Amino acid sequence: MKLIHKYAAPKRFYELAGTLTPGLAIITVVLFVSGLYLGLYWAPPDYQQGNAYRIMFVHVPNAWMSMMAYVAMAGFAAAGYIWNVRLADILAKVTAPLGASFTLTALVTGSLWGKPMWGTYWVWDARLTSELILLFLYVGYMALQASIDDPRRAAHASAILAIVGVVNIPIIHYSVYWWHTLHQPASLTLTNQPKIYITMLIPLIIMSLGFMFFYLTMLCVRARSEILWRERHADWVRKLVGLET
Amino acid sequence: MRKQNKRLVFVLIGLAGVSVAVWLVLTAFRHNLVFFYSPTQVYEGKAPSHGVFRLGGIVEKGSIKKDGLHTTFTLTDLRHSMVVHYTGILPDLFRQGQGVVVQGRRDGATTFMASQVLAKHGANYMPPDVAAELKRSMAAKAKAALS
Repeated sequence: MKLIHKYAAPKRFYELAGTLTPGLAIITVVLFVSGLYLGLYWAPPDYQQGNAYRIMFVHVPNAWMSMMAYVAMAGFAAAGYIWNVRLADILAKVTAPLGASFTLTALVTGSLWGKPMWGTYWVWDARLTSELILLFLYVGYMALQASIDDPRRAAHASAILAIVGVVNIPIIHYSVYWWHTLHQPASLTLTNQPKIYITMLIPLIIMSLGFMFFYLTMLCVRARSEILWRERHADWVRKLVGLET
Repeated sequence: MRKQNKRLVFVLIGLAGVSVAVWLVLTAFRHNLVFFYSPTQVYEGKAPSHGVFRLGGIVEKGSIKKDGLHTTFTLTDLRHSMVVHYTGILPDLFRQGQGVVVQGRRDGATTFMASQVLAKHGANYMPPDVAAELKRSMAAKAKAALS
């Protein structure tokens, strides 16, 4: 526990994240460029949907990341709440807007695909509704954070919301199996053979890794600026910005 | 107990409690969370007999009849089926053998007047030549099984 506290010191993390950011950013760009090239030019059209299916290379990774970011946010928030790790509070706070944008992108791209394929932009089926609730959880978390000035109290209050909201994650995942939904069940599962042809699967995996690295890059960037703001009265920050020598 | 352990226990018990509560709510509303009913459920009287509801199933092969914007087709779940009448634009994925969800009212025992037709997309993605190849090999297998 002591070791974690030592390495989780905001100053330490600020330096570590600063070193990691350029590498993470380069990996992200490489994955996005190659993933988009393979997805938009190299992958063949679908036997039923033609070229319209290609929106999945953005939709699916964003939908996955919307859930992964939530689990990460709740995990950070819980660690911050239980063990008083300041860095965990910061990571939870800066994850929220990223997760919210993943969720919004997944909803919007899905809606745009839904109109030509399903025949409607939106239906209130279990998958779409639970994903919309996820967006509201993110927004609620951010609103709660913003409404309390003291960072520790803000972190405590919003941590409870984040942890309670975790219940929604398995509901989103299993909604397509538990209820009749308009949304199709998962094409990729851990136990079954993929239902996506290999030449379409490769770009999808590359794009998913791309969004994962995008998240890590943005996490580092956003956590660094949040640390600077919170520690603005500390000596090391004042030295860094040239207020003290 | 240490303060940290206390908080850990609080989080775990809280999460378990919320999970149970949500599970109970979802179980209680299970009926309302169903997005569509199958023709078998209609046949067994489990679907509403009047009012608007959604019906889901597969478009039976060779059952689609078009007359201008008016379309008639048979919706089946392979055990029971209903004849659907619809006037309007159909989604791109609407074709025979495709899963669809229609919204509307019952009109008699086996007729359904739809006001909206939604196509349900499967979880399979493949290029057209692979799909054609798959169809050929399935047909060959079926032929082999028959002879």
